[in-house]
Amino acid sequence: MAFLKRIIRLLFARAETVFDWSFGQRNSPLANLGALGWYFFWIVAATGIYLYLFFDTGITDAYNSVEYITHDQWYAAGVMRSVHRYASDALVIVMFLHILREFSLDRLRGRRFFAWITGVPLIWFVYMCGITGYWLVWDKLAQYIAIATTEWFDTLPFFGEPIANNFLDSTTLGGRFFTLMVFMHIFAPLFMLFLMWLHIQRHARARVNPPRPLALGTAISLLVLSLVYPAVSQGPADLDVVPATLNFDWYYLAAYPILDVIPGGQLWLILVGGSIFLSLLPWIPPKKSMPAAVVNLDNCNGCARCAEDCPFGAITMEPRSDGTVYDTEAVVNESHCMSCGLCVGACPTATPFRRATAIVAGIELPDQTMSELRERTIEASARFGAEPRVLVYTCNTANAAVLGDMGAQVITMPCVAMLPPAFIDFTLSRDLADGVMLAGCAEGDCFYRLGDSWTKQRVAGDRDPYLRKRVQRERLHLSWLPQGSARRRKQEFAEFIASLSKLPPPKRGSRNA
Amino acid sequence: MRKVARAALQIVLYAGFAYAVGYLSFWPRYHYASPDMAAVKVSLSHAANHVKPCVKLTPQQIAELAPNMRRSVLCERQRLPLIFELDVDGNAALRIEALPSGLWSDGLSSVYERFDLSPGEHRISTRIRDTARTDGWDYVYEEDVTFAAGRYRTITFKPEKGGFSIR
Repeated sequence: MAFLKRIIRLLFARAETVFDWSFGQRNSPLANLGALGWYFFWIVAATGIYLYLFFDTGITDAYNSVEYITHDQWYAAGVMRSVHRYASDALVIVMFLHILREFSLDRLRGRRFFAWITGVPLIWFVYMCGITGYWLVWDKLAQYIAIATTEWFDTLPFFGEPIANNFLDSTTLGGRFFTLMVFMHIFAPLFMLFLMWLHIQRHARARVNPPRPLALGTAISLLVLSLVYPAVSQGPADLDVVPATLNFDWYYLAAYPILDVIPGGQLWLILVGGSIFLSLLPWIPPKKSMPAAVVNLDNCNGCARCAEDCPFGAITMEPRSDGTVYDTEAVVNESHCMSCGLCVGACPTATPFRRATAIVAGIELPDQTMSELRERTIEASARFGAEPRVLVYTCNTANAAVLGDMGAQVITMPCVAMLPPAFIDFTLSRDLADGVMLAGCAEGDCFYRLGDSWTKQRVAGDRDPYLRKRVQRERLHLSWLPQGSARRRKQEFAEFIASLSKLPPPKRGSRNA
Repeated sequence: MRKVARAALQIVLYAGFAYAVGYLSFWPRYHYASPDMAAVKVSLSHAANHVKPCVKLTPQQIAELAPNMRRSVLCERQRLPLIFELDVDGNAALRIEALPSGLWSDGLSSVYERFDLSPGEHRISTRIRDTARTDGWDYVYEEDVTFAAGRYRTITFKPEKGGFSIR
């Protein structure tokens, strides 16, 4: 499994290099696949509502109404029909890329399983919406889909009489089953929307809108495609005539030709078995979760910054339980906590400057306390051999350990945003290093979702706790690169070293802090 | 210059995306059936006889039943399987034993099959056994039928409408 993930990751990394260069990391389609899925869903929904105004739901009139939509009103409804179709296809593309990418980045395991397993039924719903949509056109392709689908369903032992009898020949054709399809094509997307909402429930500030340039670019692409190659019907359905050759939408119908080769029951087994296997992936192999964040009430003043910054909605503010003057206290939901440490980075009490009392933040990761981080910082400083001395704080996924070969001292944490800004001030003001580099995941693609955003905002002074103004920004470098970008990371580091060398020497203080 | 190159690459990538969406939305074409062949659909749903014959109840037996359960004939729920055979020009094309539907095997037995046939005239012979007999047939039908390339013919069975029909 790990090997497979590595291969897929490698392929994505190659593609990301191209996309990141062209679009920029934040606007890259690969970093916004989930948001693009939402976006295409809304395009499909909006165009579908418009098309429904002109669609006749009777089986005998459906084809003619679609012809009217396509040809008589080509400039509006016709374009809408094409965009409706192509956006549905695009939804399938981004959905599968999203699944593959999250799998390769291992963003499905541990307490993160919820989004993954709620995503699996979504795949079925996407297909249900798409296939029923093709059915409604009632052209030759719809005829094929109607026959093949009902024959496939008849392999299930649920139906007294074959439902394929509804489409036996022109004399048996009835509108009831067709009406059911119309009903499903309207209500399946509504239920799908509910599942999409559920899918992101454990993500605070879930990104459901792609960046504006990307939204505009994809919309224009679909519009141009619709104008250049409009979606058209394939002749009216005639149940007495065999639909021999068909233009096929492989995004939605790829499973159908398999029915020519294997019995329908086996296809059910493959698809249902595959879905169950997919649902179990977060636990294959089992992964030990890190201990959840712990609130130290003696140091928690109920400021709510941790709850505000938690990317997984794992922290809530509850009425104070210790009788102190504060109104609220942070409470961690262990089953949601990803142990990323972003809450620790947000805690104003997580400061290494304290001398009188032990360094205990209001919220901490039990196995990586602020006190330990301070010790690791001081120890790393003592190990510097050459100048300029650069201390690199990095995350588990950014692969910045390679910078150790270039003379840097590297301190690894779950996420860069676990580092309270006060540590940067501490490191530079106590002359523990000449420069500090924060090396994280790609912009907008943090393993823990929001680490890069919060770090940048804290450094820029836009988000509490912010980096003090006295910190020389020239001595701080933020490096956001995707996994597997060791060469680019080294290059950025070398450039940072060069820029530090040009700066006047820092005021030397006590290296013992 | 770098900005222009990036924008140009974006246009290329968007075009590639549109091409990928559009291409697989229509091509390659799928050949579902040979246009040179005719196709036959066989569909029938028919309840075979009960496993044991129904027993006519005496007035006394009827009176012993609960008021809401009273009936004149007592039948076992379970039905026999339906045996269906179809020959084309004297050659066996289908031999099916269709089990009754339902949790108690008391429902209809259904046959649904689709197969290709060369166009032209063929002698179609169909038979059904829906009773406990071990040889012979309860319904037999034969017809010379002309099949056209690219068109369906449907074979159905409805005893109340005279048995088999080929449309």
